[in-house]
Amino acid sequence: MHWFSLEYIAMNLGFLLILIGLWGIITRKNILRIIISFSLFDTGTHIVIVAIGYIRNRTAPILDTLALQKDTASKIVDPLPQALVLTAIVIGLGVTALLLVYAMKLFETKKTLDIHRFNDLKW
Amino acid sequence: MIYLIISIVLGIIILIMAFIALYHRNLKVAILSAGVVSLFASILYLLLDAPDVALTEAAIGSGLTTIIFFYVLNKIQRNDAEK
Amino acid sequence: MLRNSLFLIVLAAFAVIAFTLVNAWHPAESLSPVAEHYATNGPTEVGAANLVTAVVVTYRGFDTLGEVTILFVTAAIIGFFLSLFHSESPEQTDRLMPASEILSTASKLLIPFMLVLGIYVFVNGHLTPGGGFQGGAIIASAFVLLLLADPLSKLNHRIIAMVESVSGVAFVLIGLLGIFLAGGFLDNRILDLGTFGALLSAGVIPLLYIFIGLKVGSELTNIIGHLQQTQKNR
Repeated sequence: MHWFSLEYIAMNLGFLLILIGLWGIITRKNILRIIISFSLFDTGTHIVIVAIGYIRNRTAPILDTLALQKDTASKIVDPLPQALVLTAIVIGLGVTALLLVYAMKLFETKKTLDIHRFNDLKW
Repeated sequence: MIYLIISIVLGIIILIMAFIALYHRNLKVAILSAGVVSLFASILYLLLDAPDVALTEAAIGSGLTTIIFFYVLNKIQRNDAEK
Repeated sequence: MLRNSLFLIVLAAFAVIAFTLVNAWHPAESLSPVAEHYATNGPTEVGAANLVTAVVVTYRGFDTLGEVTILFVTAAIIGFFLSLFHSESPEQTDRLMPASEILSTASKLLIPFMLVLGIYVFVNGHLTPGGGFQGGAIIASAFVLLLLADPLSKLNHRIIAMVESVSGVAFVLIGLLGIFLAGGFLDNRILDLGTFGALLSAGVIPLLYIFIGLKVGSELTNIIGHLQQTQKNR
């Protein structure tokens, strides 16, 4: 029964997204589709990390009311994973943009996006 | 309880959209469904009491990433048409 | 066929690992010691109502500096890559379709509001959800709308680079000032902490977040602008 709670659902969803992204990365042939799978993988890890910091029956770590400002530690969820994920999302955008530009350049030289055609270093 | 139902529905939508992103034949649909995964993930962050992360994911994960994907796809398809 | 079954075995191994991890995991009942320190001492030490901001800008400000650097390097590499292969070929602008009437009219109305919203989000980063990264992303999306509405317009990369360098240098300089005037690198107690919850409070956090917002916004705009120029010439 304990599987039916918000944090377990988010946790399982995150790991399922990670597995789907991994499956996409190793089986798809189109480079753009591999990058899409990478971004799914990314989203999955973010959901897992945020779910680790979640604590039931508590509120967001924003102390905007007076009641929250005393005895804070027993009323808020963990702010640390959220700060880490905040950083990770922005870096994820940078990495995705870099991957996409590389894919664009690969297409310009080889005129194809099929990963099996890029066999220059394979012998 | 209502959060639980919403989170289950969100999870089902996210999983379906992830499969569409991997297996739909049209790349445009795949990119859009990857953006939808990010968008619904941001609602899930809101349920998990992380409004900062939700704001970031909605602005960056589903907005700018999709735009960059479309710029690159447009460029590649136009080159393809010339070939 | 053999390849696919190999992939399935690899994926099954990962699934077993993931299941073991989830099964062994118990939801936390209380905060971890580090987070508890942040929660109890954060309001008095940092003075930011948004504890995530306190962690991002002050307690783990070094992470943020590294992250901004990574973003800068990424934008630089993208600009380098895209300009390296595109020699000065005559621009083929006639291939671009003009934007629709609705989009161009609506963008003129919306862009100022989007810029103001972005500035609001990063100025209030220490009080409400939001901050430099979100505000920067909102500003970048305003420029995306500008480029979508008028595909022939060209962003002035010199101004963008200048905003980016000035805010990056200011970020590091404020961090260095913290060593001399307060407890250490990126310490926010250079200025007075002020009343808790006011707009001008929490030391230099609003100032730092303004610079982070400008820097992230100009970096993302830079990436978008470079990508948009590739649409013109082949």
